Formats: sequence, structure tokens, C-alpha cells
Amino acid sequence: MQTVRVALAQIAPKLGKLKANLEIHEELARQARREKARVVIFPELSLTGYLLRDQVPDVAMTRDHPSFRRLLRASKEIDIVAGFVEEAPGHKFHNAAAYLSKGRVLHIHRKIYLPTYGMFDEGRDFAPGDVVRSFKTPGARAGVLICEDAWHPTCAWLLVQDGAEVLLVLSSGPTRGARPKRGITSLGVWHELLRATAQFQTSFVLYVNRVGFEDGLNFGGGSLAIDPFGRPIATLPALETGLAVAELDAEILRRARTAYPLLRDENIELVYRETTRLRQQRFDL
Amino acid sequence: MRVKASTAAAEPDLALDPKDTVRILEGFIRSEVERTGRHRVVLGLSGGIDSALAAYLAVRALGRSGVVAVLLPHRDSSPASVRDAETVVGALGIVAERFDISAMVDGFLAHAGEVDRLRLGNVMSRSRMLVLYDRSAEHHALVLGTSNKTELLLGYGTLHGDLASALNPLGDLYKTQVRELSKALGVPKAILSKAPSADLWPKQTDERDLGFSYRDADRILALLVDARMSAPAIARRGYPRAVVHKIQELVIRSQYKRRMPVIAKVSTRSVGWDFRYPRDWRS
Repeated sequence: MQTVRVALAQIAPKLGKLKANLEIHEELARQARREKARVVIFPELSLTGYLLRDQVPDVAMTRDHPSFRRLLRASKEIDIVAGFVEEAPGHKFHNAAAYLSKGRVLHIHRKIYLPTYGMFDEGRDFAPGDVVRSFKTPGARAGVLICEDAWHPTCAWLLVQDGAEVLLVLSSGPTRGARPKRGITSLGVWHELLRATAQFQTSFVLYVNRVGFEDGLNFGGGSLAIDPFGRPIATLPALETGLAVAELDAEILRRARTAYPLLRDENIELVYRETTRLRQQRFDL
Repeated sequence: MRVKASTAAAEPDLALDPKDTVRILEGFIRSEVERTGRHRVVLGLSGGIDSALAAYLAVRALGRSGVVAVLLPHRDSSPASVRDAETVVGALGIVAERFDISAMVDGFLAHAGEVDRLRLGNVMSRSRMLVLYDRSAEHHALVLGTSNKTELLLGYGTLHGDLASALNPLGDLYKTQVRELSKALGVPKAILSKAPSADLWPKQTDERDLGFSYRDADRILALLVDARMSAPAIARRGYPRAVVHKIQELVIRSQYKRRMPVIAKVSTRSVGWDFRYPRDWRS
């Protein structure tokens, strides 16, 4: 990878309002460019808001949707990673994220793990993705995960086995209140999880979480860039909008993967053998 | 070797970070009010701790000009309640209106005849709702709810009365937590220390009505609801079995107060079933 400057855009999308959200994206993209960032990363469902429910088909878009094309145009100035509802062939609606660069789509990730428990009901409204792939960006090989995907360590593992050096984690994470010493409870848990992910995968992790309110839910923010040693290199506060810039130093990745050759030593053959056995047992093959 | 099980009731953790909790609740009020294109809330100020805390939060969120307090005494209300409500109004420097509901209640009773204490309490609570919703129209404002999580879970409130509101910043705070936040925000001492009461009849207190203390109720509810523990498991931790059972029954029996009315499905797309939008639909 090359050393790249990235911007984390912690925004409060407006629920179901594509035009207003596009304007927020364009404004933050301009700011990020002024900060000399090569890419600006937005949270999960940044173009639409999170608690959509029956609005999903109303805000869904294919690649030729005017809003998507407008965002593509903005990506001529700076690479953009944004969350949106993708209408895939067969009218399947995905909670998705696109990496746009120089007016082209480099990659679309469809959220694999749709939380459908407790306060979440994504399995009702979205189709799950079934592909985990890394891709080449102008600066580095990257992989995208959306929120719950990051809670399944296999996703990050697969991306890094597939060559990813930078993991982009887009999130709309609601908080569960604030406790003494721990502050906003869900943020501490997220930060520990992400630090461990960066260390286990010896990769940069860029976490962008939204803020704002939808019905009674409040989203925590606390976006964070972490280096492959697990050290924070840029942070944003809880509950407030903001833009943070981080420099991802290629030399740090090299040093981390030299000091901790976890990727080198990963035994993919062993994993394949054991998962094959599990699959045979589970499905009685 | 036999090990004697500890009989000390395990304490669920109800402690809050007041600073960040207040930030969330303030942001919630501001966001939910402004997205409707309004800038103001009205709330009934009873002199009790819940409506006092709601007023303090609303002033932080919307400023003094964003809060209209309405004092809604009945001639049988305790004078101390009115006095305490006035203290809050003075401390916050907010606009306050006074609307005595005695004539409304009398007018109703003149036609309804004899009603028992509980029905009378409900009529008073719904009279206050009537005034608040009218005042909210006049002020182009939203009605701010003041029911806390303990009351909501126990069903200790009047449907379409004090339970009615457009938004409620206290609905996920147990009574114990309401007290903690109120203290942190500087709610006057007289309000913090008095016994909670709906003040619907002389000498009424919540804890006498309920038959257990808020301290016990909050701890049992936190285990039952937040920690998803079973009633027998909670009793095994040292909480009185009868109280645990009573609380669980109250929660189950009052479910109807926490939901919209049930709708019979006779079409392809029905409100509440397959017509599901957030309240903040496109806002």
C-alpha cells in the first residue's frame, strides 16, 4: 500500500431524505478535500438514514439512479465511501456501501449479517449479502464491513486473507445509555472490538459511526481510526457531528506485519479442512 | 462440604453517567421537536420530581423560551404541590400558565353521578391531558411526557391521561434514576426529598398505592426486564417472592397501556401489522 490520508465523516443523516443527505455528503467531501484527504468515508445508510422500515423501496437505488449518479460525480474530486439501499436484480433490497473513485464504482459491499433481534429488525426489510471480497483502491487494498458484519470475526478474517490492508467499518450503532466511568456504553464495547480486529488482522481499521436521533434511538458516533498495532490514530467525540483526518502510514503496516506475522502464519488449509468437516457434520453430507 | 447460599439481594446496577445521559436526553428533545418544525414544548408541572426533571431537561434542550409550564391544580390538590411547581418555574425562569381543573371535573361529575376514587383520579388526569393538548395547539408546541420507566412498566398511570404525550424523555429512566439525574441537574431539595404522589386525593402516596417501595420495584424490574431474569431466579437472590410475583403480574397486565389499540386485520396492508413506518417518517 501507499501512505494515504483519509477522512472519517461522522454525520447525522436525515431519515428518508435523499436530497438533504446528498448535500451533506457533498459538503463533507469538499471539506475532506480541503484537508487533503484522498478518500472520505461515511456511515452505514448515510444517504438514507437508518430506521427506514417500509421506506426501504422508496429510497432504494440502482447504479443509474440520479442520486447515485450525483454521488459518482462528486467522486471525481475525492474517493467516497457511502452507505445506501441498493436495489439488486430481482428487486432485492440490500443495506449496502459503495466505494466510488474518479466517477467509477470500485466496489459494492452488501451487509452480510442483518441484526434481527432486540431493537433491530433488519432481516424484515433487507436481503442479506453473501460475498466478502477485498478490492483495490488507488492507495491500498481495502475491504468494507457494515456494522454487525464486524461482530462476526470471520468477515474481517476473510477480507484480510483476500489481501485487505485497510478495513472500512461503516456503522449506525444506537447507544444504550451512559454509565459511570464507562460513559456511552456501546462505544467502549465497539472500540475494544475494533482494536482487537486491527490487532488480530494486523490491518488499519477505519470505523465511521453516525450520530443523531431517529424515533427514540440515538446513535453514538465515536468514529475512530486504528493502526495495525491497535493504536488509535484519529478519533471523533461521542454524539456530535465532525470530520477527522488520519494518515495511514504504509511503513506502519509493514512493521506491524513484520513484528506480528499473523497473516503469514495463518493456516488457511487447516481452516478449510475443519470447516469442511463441520459442514459435513452439520448438514449430514 | 455444604456451602450456604448468600441471601443478600444482588443489587442490579442502576447507576448512570449523569453528564452523558443528560446530553442524550437533551439532544433527543431538541431533535424530536425541531424535526416537526416546532420549537416549543408544553408540560404539566405537578410539583413532583418527574415533571420537574422533564422541565429542567427541556430548558437545556430548547432554552427558556422553548418551554411552557402549565400548572393544573384541582381544589383538593395539596398546596405544597402548587408551591413546589412554582419553585421550579421561578428557578428556571420559564413561562407558566395556571389552569384550575376543578370546574371541568365538577362539570363532568354533574352528569356522571357518583364515581369512586380511582375513576375520579382518572377523570382528573384526563382533564389535565385535555388542557395540555389544547395549550400545545395554542403555542404551536408538542406535549412533553413525564412518565418514567417504573410507572410505564407497572402500568401506574392513566391511559389517555398522564400517559399521553408526543415525546417522553423519561420513559427509559427508573424512578431511582430520575432522582439521581434530578439531583445532578439541581432540582430543588424540597422536590427531591418528598414522597412521590399522584396527588389525586389527600395523603395519597405512590408507594402506599403500589404496596412496595420504588427502591425494591426498580431493582426487581431491572432484573426482570433489563437483565431478562426469571421471577424465581430473582426471588432466589433474596427479593421477597410475593413482591416479585406482584410486580411481574403488574407488568403483564398493563401491557395494553403501552401499545396502540389492537386493530383487526381485514385488508392486505394494515396499520401496525404490515404498514410500518417510523414515527419520524421523512423528517
